[in-house]
Amino acid sequence: MSPLSFFILSLILFVLGMMAFLIKRDLITQFMAIEIMLNAANLALVAAAKYWASLDGQIIVFFVITVAAAEAAVGLAIILLIYRQKKTIRSEEVNLLKG
Amino acid sequence: MAVFLFYLLAIITVGSVGAMIFSRHQAYNALYLAVAFTALGGLFALLNAPFIAAVQILIYAGAIMVLFIFVIMMIDLRQPFPPLRKKWVYFLGCFLIILIFIELVLVLRSLPESKSIMTSDLGQPASLGRLLFTKYLYPFEITSVLIVVAIVGSLYLARQREKR
Repeated sequence: MSPLSFFILSLILFVLGMMAFLIKRDLITQFMAIEIMLNAANLALVAAAKYWASLDGQIIVFFVITVAAAEAAVGLAIILLIYRQKKTIRSEEVNLLKG
Repeated sequence: MAVFLFYLLAIITVGSVGAMIFSRHQAYNALYLAVAFTALGGLFALLNAPFIAAVQILIYAGAIMVLFIFVIMMIDLRQPFPPLRKKWVYFLGCFLIILIFIELVLVLRSLPESKSIMTSDLGQPASLGRLLFTKYLYPFEITSVLIVVAIVGSLYLARQREKR
């Protein structure tokens, strides 16, 4: 199994996640799309670690997963706050910074 | 066998992400996302990375999905989301997606050659842990500080304000 097919799969996943992020309008699903894009990058990194026979790619994936866990905790707390204040999670209605 | 597993897991992953795009309920989206994460864990195991596969299943399909489910549970969403009204957002999104797809294809075409052959013990958890605690010791410790900051920050953000 050549790692090139893993690269192509991660490309497809990244583009799908980007599409979901741009099409969806609720903050939770957009957040899930961000997680999908992170996972696509992780897949590319692990495939690169196999392609060049080096463990550094897997170490980076480990750090990406821990940072993604921290990001999910903080981001979901922020979504909860937005829901408490505005009673909605539509991303287009969160426009406090709009002049 | 490996080829069959790769195509099976790839179809499961891409299919569940595609189903996430077309579904409108957040709870179903979380379910599709859990399926996609689990299949990605299988793909990591195919790539000689058993430790990363275990961490993927534990953290993504376990911890992060539990967080998502809790937030979906706390947010009361009765009304479904109607489709997007502004059409130019679709065109802009399609344009950006095609652009980044072409860019990524160009990057993939210009990859340098693979030099060495992967030995089977390279991805073992022991060698990974040895590398993590020697060469990458400082990033590891900084990550633990980051996680503490994230825990304290999310607790501070999500606390109930007392009424005055």
